[in-house]
Amino acid sequence: MDIVKRYMKNINLLIGLLVIVGFLLVMITSFFYTPYDVNMMNIPEKLHSPSSKYLFGTDEFGRDIFSRMMKGTQTAFAVGLLTVIIGTSFGILIGGLAGFLGGWVDELFMRLMDALMAFPGIILALMLVAVFGPGVVNTAIALGVIAIPAISRIARSGFVQHRDAEYVLAAKLIGVKPYNIMFRHILPNISSQIIVAATVTFATAMLAEAALSYLGLGVQPPNPSWGRMLKDSQAYLVKASWYTFAPGGAITLLVLGLYMLSNAVRDYMDPRSK
Amino acid sequence: MTDKEVLLEIHHLKAYFPVKRKSMKEAKKVVKAVDDISIDIFRGETLGIVGESGSGKSTFGRAILKLVEPTAGEILYKGQAIHHLKGRELQKYRNQMQMIFQDPFASLNPRMRIGAIIDEPMALQLPLTKEQRKKRVRELLQKVGLPEDAMHKFPHEFSGGQRQRIGIARALAINPEFIIADEPVSALDVSIQSQVLNLMMDLQDEFQLTYLFISHDLSVVKHISDRVAVLYLGRIVEVGTKKELYAHPLHPYTQALLSAIPVVNFDEPKQLVPLQGELPSPMNPPIGCVFHTRCPFVMEQCRLARPPLQQKNEHQQVACFLYEK
Repeated sequence: MDIVKRYMKNINLLIGLLVIVGFLLVMITSFFYTPYDVNMMNIPEKLHSPSSKYLFGTDEFGRDIFSRMMKGTQTAFAVGLLTVIIGTSFGILIGGLAGFLGGWVDELFMRLMDALMAFPGIILALMLVAVFGPGVVNTAIALGVIAIPAISRIARSGFVQHRDAEYVLAAKLIGVKPYNIMFRHILPNISSQIIVAATVTFATAMLAEAALSYLGLGVQPPNPSWGRMLKDSQAYLVKASWYTFAPGGAITLLVLGLYMLSNAVRDYMDPRSK
Repeated sequence: MTDKEVLLEIHHLKAYFPVKRKSMKEAKKVVKAVDDISIDIFRGETLGIVGESGSGKSTFGRAILKLVEPTAGEILYKGQAIHHLKGRELQKYRNQMQMIFQDPFASLNPRMRIGAIIDEPMALQLPLTKEQRKKRVRELLQKVGLPEDAMHKFPHEFSGGQRQRIGIARALAINPEFIIADEPVSALDVSIQSQVLNLMMDLQDEFQLTYLFISHDLSVVKHISDRVAVLYLGRIVEVGTKKELYAHPLHPYTQALLSAIPVVNFDEPKQLVPLQGELPSPMNPPIGCVFHTRCPFVMEQCRLARPPLQQKNEHQQVACFLYEK
């Protein structure tokens, strides 16, 4: 069993790394080179099926899907990363303070989070984007804000669990500052839960961005985004099924790669699993 | 033990915890974890604190370190009151005391290497360079009987007894005078217990440490202590030198406790002082003597008044009306 487990862990790391690095390379390449101009329309060649000329076919305006997929990687990573950064940093801060300090701070912060959570996420994002204007950055900020409650709850439960642990008491006794107890002693012990939550957030952010883009509030056309392409393709599901597969497959693959990599990273960070 | 210097004086220490009420109508309740404890701790001695779970022994230890804020009472360390201490002053006070914890699996941060765990108190509290500290970590590991390369490992790579040694090394790192050991061996195998106890006793001789040794295990306390205090529901019912207290227990509770120690002796069946019932809730302790609900010698006045802790003989103090003159 042990050998199988160890082997599985390496597979996680290998595949996860391969996928993520692959997508990153595609993203970097897309800054300099795409086979076709991303926004060049070519109506006579619209909905062309995949061929050696158009690797993934063309969309309803005759734009090369492969090129748009490449460019879309930028959007995916930008939105995902920014969302995760906002969601986890604020989530850890709020959940950490609530869990570590307890008392009224806990009540106040967690009730605020409840209020935020009671709002349907996408509606809240719609509101934020409507107020601050559409675009990649604003979309990511909105999605990040939505992600805060879930992560703060995970962080809180972790901090509550460790707050009264004897090693924390020992640290207190030798005069470790509360700030350091929180971030140097407790946080590493709950980082695995947070990494998993962050990965899920990355994945959901990409999907939510698709939904927002569909409503016209996310990434603005003609800039390519996988989510937007996925939504656009649904009208041609029967006529041009390959159109759906490209963005759908890319999202699935990237999310899968992220999960595997985060699993591997989590295992690696836990000294007990070595 | 002749010239006794008092290191720590504790006067009428109380630590109450408020209990969450189910509704506003309910009366405010408190748990009296420590209820009016007065005792002196002498330099260089080991004072054993015995009691059932829930008798307030751990809270007593934590109140001394101000990890738990005492509700009332006074603690004097070398004649100085510590009640008002805050911030840096409090840290200065705490630097002279350290704690050894009960659960060796919870008391070491699983994400820190042993070297860092032992180094941290020194880095924060002692004016030493990195090299000096590293050297001292090695010395400390050697003192507690661990190999030097332990400093590069993580806590999970050690057994319970070894972890407790690491905890002891951490406690010793900043040269404390007084160590509160909160059930340091109760989580360990019996075979390992004596090793750790002997280590603690060796270190006591070497560094002239004073121990407050909290335990529920009478044989362990007997092994290490000079004096023993018996706690029941947050109160001291009897204090005495180890020899006297174990040979001639005065308080009925102490007698019952001692008779419950299992002994291998088939010829003389032990005379058991049976103890009925359960420990009453510290939220609602009995009126009068706290022990009267379970005492085999209960008298009328026990239900009415609380017996004070009184000097019975040269070596023993007891809180019981049986010995009232």
